[in-house]
Amino acid sequence: MAKSSIKIRAKVKKGEAKVKCLISHPMETGLRKDKKSGKLIPAHFIQEVVCEHDGKTVMNAQWSGTISKNPFLSFEFTGAKAGDMIKVSWVDNTGKSDTTEAKMK
Amino acid sequence: MIKIATALSVMLIAATPFAAQATPDDDLKAFRSYFTKKFPEVPVNDFINGVYSIDAASREQWEAFEEFPSYEISIDNGEEKFNKKFANGKSYADCFPNYKKGIKQNYPYFDTDKGEVVTLEGAINKCRTDNGEEALKWSKGEITEIGAYLASLSRGQKTNVKVPNDAKAIAAYNRGKKHFYAKRGQLNMSCADCHYYYSGSKIRADILSPALGHTTGFPVYRNKWAGMGTLHRRYGGCNKQVRAKPFKSQSDEYKALEYFHTYMSNGLEINGPSQRK
Repeated sequence: MAKSSIKIRAKVKKGEAKVKCLISHPMETGLRKDKKSGKLIPAHFIQEVVCEHDGKTVMNAQWSGTISKNPFLSFEFTGAKAGDMIKVSWVDNTGKSDTTEAKMK
Repeated sequence: MIKIATALSVMLIAATPFAAQATPDDDLKAFRSYFTKKFPEVPVNDFINGVYSIDAASREQWEAFEEFPSYEISIDNGEEKFNKKFANGKSYADCFPNYKKGIKQNYPYFDTDKGEVVTLEGAINKCRTDNGEEALKWSKGEITEIGAYLASLSRGQKTNVKVPNDAKAIAAYNRGKKHFYAKRGQLNMSCADCHYYYSGSKIRADILSPALGHTTGFPVYRNKWAGMGTLHRRYGGCNKQVRAKPFKSQSDEYKALEYFHTYMSNGLEINGPSQRK
C-alpha cells in the first residue's frame, strides 16, 4: 500500500492532546449480501486500534463489524507536548494492518 | 426571424405561468432579495453553507464535522482516478484542460450546438465514453470522487452559469424553474414550498435550508448516506420525500432543474465537496 489508510490530525493544548483520525477501511460486517450473486460478503473489519506516544500505549480500542465504513476516531490524552510524535495503527480480522506516524501541533 | 420570435414567446408563456416576462436575470434578483430580506443577518456568501448559515446549533455540529471531513478520502481517491490514464493513453486532463484553475463554477452550461444542458457529471462520463471507457454510474461512487476532486480545485471561485439568448437554453431554464415551483407528489409540495417560502421553518425535527446556495457544495458527503452523492441523487431524495416518483439522475428534467437552481446561486463561491447531515 503506497498511501497510508490513516489520516491523523493532532493538537496539544496545555499538555492535553486531542487526536483525530480518519481511517479508510470497508468495515464489512459479514452479514451483508452481494446484490448480484446473493452470496454473503465476507467479514472484513478492524479489530484493534492502538495509539502510542513516547513508547507507551495511550489508547487501545477493540472494534467489531458494528463500526461504520471509513471510521472517524477522536480521543484525548494528557502528558504530551507540541512536536511529539504519535503512532496510530490498526489490525483487521484478516490479519492486515497499517501504521502511521504523525507530529502533534 | 418573426417566426422564431413568436415561437419563443409562445414557449415562454407556456413554460412560465408565474411571470411570463421575467428574464433569468430578473428572477435571480428577485430570488436573491427574497432571501436577503428573509435572513437579513446572514451575509450573502454564507448561504453556501446551507442550513448551517441560519441555525447556530446545527452549525456547531457541522463545524466539528468539517474539521476533519469524511469527504477527504473521496478527494484523494478522486485525484488518483483523475490522473490515471485511460486505455488509449489519454486522461481526464485532456478533456478538462483548465481543471487546475477550477471548472466546477461554470457547470452546468448550455451547449447551444447540441441544444442541451451539460452538467459536470455529464462531461465526466462523456470524456470516458469518447475515450472508449465505460460510463460511470450517475449518482454515487467513482463519479462523485472525481467530482469531489474537481470541486475541491474550484473552491473559492464564484458560480458563473450563463443562460445564452437561445430559445432552447431559455426553454431549459424555464423547465427547471417550472420544476422548482410546481407542486408534485402525494403531499402536493413543490421544491419552493420547503426551500423558498418555508425555508428556515421546521419540518419535524429538521430545519429547511434556503434554496440560495444549495448547489455550491456538491458533491456532498451526507451522513445519512454514509457516502458521497451528486446533486441529482439529492433531488431524487427530495422528490421521494414528497411522495413523488423521482426522475432519473441526469434526466433532462433534473438537468434543467440543476440549470435553474445553479443559476440562482450565481456569484456565490464554490465550497464543494462538503459535508451535510
